[in-house]
Amino acid sequence: MPEKIIEVRHLSKKFGSFQAIHDVSFSVYKGDVFGFLGPNGAGKSTSIRCLNSLITPDSGTVEIFGESISTHRESILGRIGSIIEKPDFYKYLSAYRNLEIFSRISGKPSTKQEIYKMLDFVGLGGRERDKFAGFSHGMKQRLGIAQTLLHNPDLIILDEPTTGLDPQGIIDIRNLILRLKNEQHKTVLLSSHNLAEIELICNRMVIINKGRSIVEGNVSDLMNGENLILRLEASPIQAAKNALLVWKPSLLWDNIGDTAVQFPIEKSEIPQLTKFLVDQNIEIYSLEAKRTLEDYFIKIVNQ
Amino acid sequence: MILFNSIYNEIIKIALKPRSYLGLAAITVLVGVIQFALKADGMSIISFVTASFEQTLTFEGNVLNGNLVAFIILQMLLVQIPLLVALVTGDLVSGEAAMGTIRMLATKPISRVQLLLSKFIAGGIYTLIVILWMGVMSVIVGKLLFGTGDMMVLNSDGLVILQEADVNWRYLGGFAVAFLALFTVSSLSICLSCFTDNSIGPIVATMSVILLFTIIGTLDVRVFDPIKPYLFTTHMASWRSFFEDPLPVSDILRSCVVLVAHNVVLISISLYTFHRKDIQS
Repeated sequence: MPEKIIEVRHLSKKFGSFQAIHDVSFSVYKGDVFGFLGPNGAGKSTSIRCLNSLITPDSGTVEIFGESISTHRESILGRIGSIIEKPDFYKYLSAYRNLEIFSRISGKPSTKQEIYKMLDFVGLGGRERDKFAGFSHGMKQRLGIAQTLLHNPDLIILDEPTTGLDPQGIIDIRNLILRLKNEQHKTVLLSSHNLAEIELICNRMVIINKGRSIVEGNVSDLMNGENLILRLEASPIQAAKNALLVWKPSLLWDNIGDTAVQFPIEKSEIPQLTKFLVDQNIEIYSLEAKRTLEDYFIKIVNQ
Repeated sequence: MILFNSIYNEIIKIALKPRSYLGLAAITVLVGVIQFALKADGMSIISFVTASFEQTLTFEGNVLNGNLVAFIILQMLLVQIPLLVALVTGDLVSGEAAMGTIRMLATKPISRVQLLLSKFIAGGIYTLIVILWMGVMSVIVGKLLFGTGDMMVLNSDGLVILQEADVNWRYLGGFAVAFLALFTVSSLSICLSCFTDNSIGPIVATMSVILLFTIIGTLDVRVFDPIKPYLFTTHMASWRSFFEDPLPVSDILRSCVVLVAHNVVLISISLYTFHRKDIQS
């Protein structure tokens, strides 16, 4: 069994009458790219803030590197690099000066060359002296990543790092995370509301919803045999609906306009259905299998 | 070591923030305007003050000298300086909360106590720079423009004449007490800054507290008498005691004790609050 890097047990936090998280538990092992999955407002950021000691939980324990964050705060934080929600820097300072400021209190102050090298690594080479205020969202995110990695932490916590990025930016961040895992053997906790993102990058995950951790495990195990939502556009659509009822009498669908329907289906059933519809002389214009986080949640919750 | 690094960070942030220079610029302009006015028509103002003494005293030499001009300037401006200090120090915690940078700082391996102490120390250094600039502009530039001479001070007990050689150490002491008073303002604004994520709130609240305490201090109402000696605003003008003869040492010491006590209480409240604060910004 690999070394346990994070162990969260029965974490709860209330803000006034609002229960932000309730009985959240999960474990992250050395070398994991661990997905922290949940919709907006599920309690991901509150949990991550507890990990970083920004918020004191009402109950529960957080152990990182085998020590409690409440008693070994400074030594633990020295080994963590994190972006929480969004990277906020001093608007009136340059990229270099911002990194220098955070580096100075990171426990491992970096040299000028190291800061320049890191800025180059995240694609901000040549922009060292530019003020943060003038940066695009993608550049701010890159600077946040640079700040996270500068002191060479063992654990990297990234809270929704791809939010607001353009497609190329998202790919860059994903590749960067994979490089950190594969080349530098870092442990990464990645919070996201995007199931596809988690599926692409993470080997393990926990799903959190309405402040509770619902399920935890290997991504491949959890996603196996999952229900999909299939959107079928066919002609004539009424004949297609009749055929669907013959194929599976209990099937319920939603009408999408006048030419399409969508319904839940097992992934393994798709080839069989396609063949059946073709045999019924139904003209299929499109078949689109969707798997949304919400759908997955419904399935998990119903289980 | 990390505390020193954090103090250095805070000083860099203050130094590179344009707002920090507003206070220094304001002092330069205000002192300049007063010095210009006194240069242009200062003697008529002095004559107005000395008129009542002219039957018993004869004034000779450079009466409107740099020492007197500096005193007039300090008397006029040291009431306004708290706003200039609070403008920067009131923003030290809440401004970071509003920007979101406090979240980034608090995830670093520095204790919250050290993080906040570094802000208090940096706020103190800024306050010291403001006071020193005030001293340079009023005393040194004043002496360059108006020359030197014996100093004439009119206070509640009457007219005090201080020998020229007896003035400089009094200014030094006066500025030291003024610094202590302004550091109390700085501590108050940082303390208030710990309770909010709003950048402007602590600045306005600090000025409101000063205004309220000043009103209580000046109101001739018996019910406030017991608390008046303990209000920091009562001691904000204690720098003037250095220009009395003989020097009221016990009064000055009492003022210093009250101001230091205020600082201890305000810093303690701030550390307690900030240490327990959930950072949600």
